[in-house]
Amino acid sequence: MKPEEIGILIVDDEASVRDSLYQWFKDDGYRVDTAADAVSALKKLQENPWDIILLDIKMPGMDGIELQKRIKQIDKNIVTIIITAYAAVDTAIQALKDGAFDYVTKPIDPDDLSRLIRNAIEKRRLVTENIQLRQQIEDLLLPDEVVGESPPIKKVMEMVNTVAKTDSTVMILGESGTGKELIARAIHSRSSRRYFPIITINCGAYPEGLLESELFGHEKGAFTGAMYRRRGKLEMADKGTLFLDEIGNISEKMQMDLLRVIETKSFTRLGGDKTIDVDFRVISATNKDLEKAIKEGSFREDLYYRLNVFSIQLPPLRERRADIPLLARYFLSKYAQSMNKSVADFSPQAMEMFTGYDWPGNIREVRNVVERAMVVAQGPQIQVGDISFPFPPPATPSGGESLEEVEKDQIRKILNQTNGNIAQAAEILKISRLTIYNKIEKYHLKR
Amino acid sequence: MSYIYIVPIELEDHSYLETLERFVSHTFHLRTKRKEFKINLRDAFDPNRVQYNSSLILRQLIMKPPGDAEKILGVLDVDLFIPILTFVFGEAQLKGIGAAVSTHRLHNRFYGLPEDREATTDRLLKEAVHELGHTFGLIHCSQTKCVMNSSTYAENIDQKSAELCPLCQKNIKVEKSDPVNRGFPFSWWGKKR
Repeated sequence: MKPEEIGILIVDDEASVRDSLYQWFKDDGYRVDTAADAVSALKKLQENPWDIILLDIKMPGMDGIELQKRIKQIDKNIVTIIITAYAAVDTAIQALKDGAFDYVTKPIDPDDLSRLIRNAIEKRRLVTENIQLRQQIEDLLLPDEVVGESPPIKKVMEMVNTVAKTDSTVMILGESGTGKELIARAIHSRSSRRYFPIITINCGAYPEGLLESELFGHEKGAFTGAMYRRRGKLEMADKGTLFLDEIGNISEKMQMDLLRVIETKSFTRLGGDKTIDVDFRVISATNKDLEKAIKEGSFREDLYYRLNVFSIQLPPLRERRADIPLLARYFLSKYAQSMNKSVADFSPQAMEMFTGYDWPGNIREVRNVVERAMVVAQGPQIQVGDISFPFPPPATPSGGESLEEVEKDQIRKILNQTNGNIAQAAEILKISRLTIYNKIEKYHLKR
Repeated sequence: MSYIYIVPIELEDHSYLETLERFVSHTFHLRTKRKEFKINLRDAFDPNRVQYNSSLILRQLIMKPPGDAEKILGVLDVDLFIPILTFVFGEAQLKGIGAAVSTHRLHNRFYGLPEDREATTDRLLKEAVHELGHTFGLIHCSQTKCVMNSSTYAENIDQKSAELCPLCQKNIKVEKSDPVNRGFPFSWWGKKR
């Protein structure tokens, strides 16, 4: 920070002190101003920002201690230095307790004053830098957006915001691809643990022995191949969040071990005897019916209740259809950016295909379908022909069984395929163009 | 033509002044004139602190500046202070006309060491240029070797040079000066003294 960027306000009822300090700091090139009492100091605080305020303790009216409290209410990051004519340790201690950076007794040794100001500026710089870095981290920590405006997803986000402020364990339930990890990250990034890591472990992805070593870590020589000591995910999650995905897939022994760790917040590495204390919040997720698993005896009831203090049920996409266009366009803009393609939207027919589809793979499937469509798309819009579903819609029309419904669905499907080309559709359907126009009119179909 | 007035104030030893005048003139490209002013030091004396208030001395020094005075530098050998600080080596008006400097704390004997006349002269030249630099609008410089670097104890003064760094030379504000030799470059920067 250049001296002219630093503002120093001197508050003292003695004119000679104000003047000499003013001159002293002016010589250093700082932006300086003075105030003879608390009232004019508060006024100057409203007029300009100040980095450092030198405050006389003993002033008529509001004293320095009281003024400091007011200053800290306005901006708790302003560095205050108390000037006192007496070596009154008790008032100085009070001022320090109230947040003063330091105190000096009059008259001040020039060298002490220079050092004090240098240190105060350094503190101010660190505080400012800290605020900026926190903001940068906040920006980086923001997970992928939770996209959606439908009532079910809004309710989920309300629950996320409520539970994020607490330290409760959370269980996220929902079909595969509904965004369970995204919700876990949303909770973590809104919690007080956000400056520490969120460690994800997919419990379904490891055979039992490996999951144990992955979670607890191991000492050198704990088992064949353990050539070095390794920290486990539990240690890595210290002060942060441990996200256990697919919790329904862990073995009974692992369930027991996990329960003990969650209860005691301590564990030992495999092959080790030193107890390691950890502090983390557990968020788990599953697409299994754990209550059924409990009844069947494959999941421990006590662990279930430990993990499920607060549960969030994510709706499948078919129950929040209103969000499909939003999600499709969200992924389209993401991929357009990453693939550097100028595809701006979906054709109306393509979007109709999206909204008419059931999305058994939920949001993950939307993402994959959009990604694939973006790869093959040529024009400024994604067309029907660019889209292919991993789980094609059933051949039987979804609209209903009556002849009229079957006819309506078939005409809509063919119109989608031909991008609304009536002549082509008429040829495929083996009917006249006039008949198609009549049917479109009758069934209120879009071309 | 305007001058930098060098004003000895109840100074016992005037022998430093000739070197001081030459050096100041050379640094600021202005001629100097030595003259005694009527200054009452007793008015600036603080019996509790047994020191002299430099601000009050400065006030007397600039009360009636001669018409040809560009700057006025008072030179003393008494212990100076400003109310908030325990002592000062000197004081100046930023972008003003007056400055004062004292040899009192520049002598080795003040610190219980054998007197070193050369060291005292060096320190006096540096502090005089430093205080006059303030009157020319210069603020403290972060260059450790620049004479405008802030010194809060004698060893600080010894560590810096007697010269203005190029940036401070550039920043000097002379409003109505009459340089002795406009063609003379500020070329002493970097030389060891």
